[in-house]
Amino acid sequence: MNMNDIMSLIPLWILSSAAILIFFSISIKRNHKVIFVITVVSLLVDFFFLTGYSIKHLQPVEPLLIIDGFGIFNIGLILLTTLAVVLISYAYFEQREERKEEYYILIILAALGAAILVISKHFASLFLGLEILSVSLYALIAYLRKRERSDEAGIKYLILAAFSSAFLLFGMALVYAATGSMEFAGIAAWITQAHEMPMIVVAGFGMMIVGVGFKLGIVPFHMWTPDVYEGSPAPVTAFIATVSKGGMVALLVRFFNTLNGYQYTTFMLVFTILAIASMFIGNILALRQNNVKRLLAYSSIAHLGYLLVAFLAGEKLGMEAVIFYLVAYFITTLGAFGILATLSDKERDAELLEDYRGLLWKRPLTAIVFSAMLLSLAGIPLTAGFVGKFYVLAAGIQTHRWLLVIILVINSVIGLYYYIKLIAIMFDQKQAARTSQELHPLVYIVSSVTMAILVLSLFWIGVNPEGMMTLIRDVIR
Amino acid sequence: MMLASLIAILMVGGIAAGFLARVNQTACRWLSLITVTIAFGIILFIWIDEGLSMTLTDSWLRDLYIPWIPSFGIAFHLAMDGLSLLMLALTFFLGILAVLVSWKEIQYRVGFFHFNLLWVLAGITGVFLTMDLFLFYFFWEVMLIPMYFLIGIWGHENKQYAAYKFFIFTQASGLLMLLAILALYFIHGEQTGIYSFDYFALLNTTLTPDTARWLMCGFLIAFVVKLPVVPLHTWLPDAHTEAPTAGSVLLAGLLLKTGAYGLIRFVLPIFPEAAASIAPIAMLLGVVGIIYGAVQAYSQTDFKRLVAYTSVSHMGFIMLGVFAFNELAMQGVVMQMITHGISTGALFIIAGVLYERIHTRDILRMGGMWKKVPFMGTVAMVFVMASLGLPGLGNFIAEFMTLIGAWQANKLLTIIATAGLVFATAYSLRIMQKVFLGKNIEGHGITDLSLREKFILVPLCIAIIWLGLFPQQVINTAKPTVANGSHAKNHAAIHNRTRTDNVQYTSAFDTERRKP
Repeated sequence: MNMNDIMSLIPLWILSSAAILIFFSISIKRNHKVIFVITVVSLLVDFFFLTGYSIKHLQPVEPLLIIDGFGIFNIGLILLTTLAVVLISYAYFEQREERKEEYYILIILAALGAAILVISKHFASLFLGLEILSVSLYALIAYLRKRERSDEAGIKYLILAAFSSAFLLFGMALVYAATGSMEFAGIAAWITQAHEMPMIVVAGFGMMIVGVGFKLGIVPFHMWTPDVYEGSPAPVTAFIATVSKGGMVALLVRFFNTLNGYQYTTFMLVFTILAIASMFIGNILALRQNNVKRLLAYSSIAHLGYLLVAFLAGEKLGMEAVIFYLVAYFITTLGAFGILATLSDKERDAELLEDYRGLLWKRPLTAIVFSAMLLSLAGIPLTAGFVGKFYVLAAGIQTHRWLLVIILVINSVIGLYYYIKLIAIMFDQKQAARTSQELHPLVYIVSSVTMAILVLSLFWIGVNPEGMMTLIRDVIR
Repeated sequence: MMLASLIAILMVGGIAAGFLARVNQTACRWLSLITVTIAFGIILFIWIDEGLSMTLTDSWLRDLYIPWIPSFGIAFHLAMDGLSLLMLALTFFLGILAVLVSWKEIQYRVGFFHFNLLWVLAGITGVFLTMDLFLFYFFWEVMLIPMYFLIGIWGHENKQYAAYKFFIFTQASGLLMLLAILALYFIHGEQTGIYSFDYFALLNTTLTPDTARWLMCGFLIAFVVKLPVVPLHTWLPDAHTEAPTAGSVLLAGLLLKTGAYGLIRFVLPIFPEAAASIAPIAMLLGVVGIIYGAVQAYSQTDFKRLVAYTSVSHMGFIMLGVFAFNELAMQGVVMQMITHGISTGALFIIAGVLYERIHTRDILRMGGMWKKVPFMGTVAMVFVMASLGLPGLGNFIAEFMTLIGAWQANKLLTIIATAGLVFATAYSLRIMQKVFLGKNIEGHGITDLSLREKFILVPLCIAIIWLGLFPQQVINTAKPTVANGSHAKNHAAIHNRTRTDNVQYTSAFDTERRKP
């Protein structure tokens, strides 16, 4: 590791030092505000440092990491998303009596894990990043430990994630046993030489798909999603839905492209089935949910299915579509859970459909922002979600994946129903009957500003996506 | 720029009206009224300025081209020909009336109502103007959401159900159109190397008959759901019945016309052979719609639902005329689009006016009102007569021309369609019979039209009579679009003349492809 390598990894150093700094700061004095400021500043500094990198930057840190445009873009995305989560978190945790300072260490570590994930080109760094992310998440999910559901969700995630990590690890071992390489490029080279893929490698990749599928929360590895979404504190749910899943998607894209996995019909078939199952099961199960968090959980399963359509389309356009969809989905999900967090009170999160009845007339701006986010999830024009869906459809049609595209359209219509249902409840004129149980959250300026920025970027990307498209195209190259 | 300003005025006006209502509701209503009136004024100005001097070869009046998402070849491309001009004139005319008719009816969330109203109009304006298929889909969707809110918030008893149904029907069909648009885009791109959503570029795509049929189906489904054609009409009676009066006027008067407009503008020129190959089926569906709508209308007791089913019947004539493939029928279709917008809009307004007075839409509970409200009765008489196709009123011209044109294409179907006119007489006279004649069973004591209501309905009367007596102006304006097969391609000339900035079509996909 020479000086250049170390310099290239400064974004990761900043994150690690921020975690340590917070650690010491807590040991001196617990002060929510100070810790919050340290977190925000370090994320901002990190991001601005990152913007200094050229998009054509290419610096492999042998043998584990590679810092290229794709990786830089994804780290930037992760940092901004984490920043948004942190900004939402302040108001959310300020209302609650738990010791809230450690939360920031954990979330920074989770972001670090995701950042390592998106720049790894080696099984070891992949696993390292994944575990840093996962272990932080165990604690984050169960952070509000006085809530029963939170504990349950934490344990559930812990067991299942450990299980899936084991699968992933075993798969890696099998692949390594056959190919003798843990580097993506090395594996790719070995496979190209071998005329047909031996069973052991296929089995290895199959097990890895289980591990990856779990992290992405796609059918049939989706069982944890609704429970964990429901049990986690709202900002943590936002983090899982965005950074944790997005990091894995970015890794999958890199891995698949290095291997040029598109030539193997078996893998394509497997992913096609996973995509179709995710779209249908996610949307159909979402139809009957009465809990907004669970509804969004099932909707996220479906959205990962849409994302897989773009991923399967492959080629340049498909990759662009994946990344663009991720950006749009990040903004939308952060917005939706951000609203959820700002509406929550001390006792519980604003997760029941009834909590939203007539919201438009009580808090018009909040309701309009939430509606915009839901319309974006439904893929309605003027929002980023629409351009994302358009991109995915375009990618699918370009490579003639008609089956997937048609199923995506059918599912968009199914999905529309429950998004509209939620909006209709907010626009309902009847006031909720049980006024005594109404939530009375504190509104903080930080959260409001964050939401305003998110909704503006939602519309900006929806109306004028050219800039984002160009950036992504440069990054993919 | 005038074209873009039409849309911009409505959108900005909508937002301003939304905020103004917090301060003063009356001011919000006035602002909406002024906004739509300005847009109407602009259209009249263009019509007087240029519409009269249109010729067959120089038929495009205005053109605006601004690149929007160049990497996909998407541009903000608006252009106006005679057909768009007529449709926009209708849009803003009914738009003004929609604002006026809500003056007393809507007392709840006035600002948000007017915001939605103006945005629906903006979306419709966009649909009638855009010459970029991506942008077309964009506006197609933009007009739906505010419409959904109009029905869902200010509608009658069963509004949620109606709003859902409307939204999901139109969304599903719209997405299929998006697929077809994208497929067309890629096929054109692979043929020519120019990836563009521009209407005039895509017109020149060569398609194999099979592909053309599939792609046409994608477009067709979006338009026939909107039109609507039986059996995809089931959203319409619910949506029309449950919507507030202004919503019904916009739905019947304008949203249905976007379907007809789509058929004329996109389906026929882009897929001429494929469209010709399904013409018999399409005409048959049109005739089924005429008869089915009429029979259903006769058996309704809800005034608005009755009028809604007459729309299904009248829209059958459009399907019949469009797929007859001759100028006469097409002229009839354009006339029908305008006269149906006026006459059905007026009937919905009368239904709304009655509902405000007696709080029911059940025609069995009405009756004998002529004595109490002679003015309203006379006005209603005019539109009922228009609906049954009485000579001298606009609808007669429209249906007569459509039938003459259709006769050349298919004699049997035309005969059956003509029988539809008899049914129309039956259901139309039933309205008069049940509402204004007979005995006043429930003893409603109601007042005649107020000044504002006269101000809404009298212009509609004048318009429908004017169209019946002097239809030539409309026919002349629409002539270049419907008479000249190469009309759309004529655009190339004016297009190149007005387009100063030479935009390079750049694309994301001309770069290397991964070899499998």
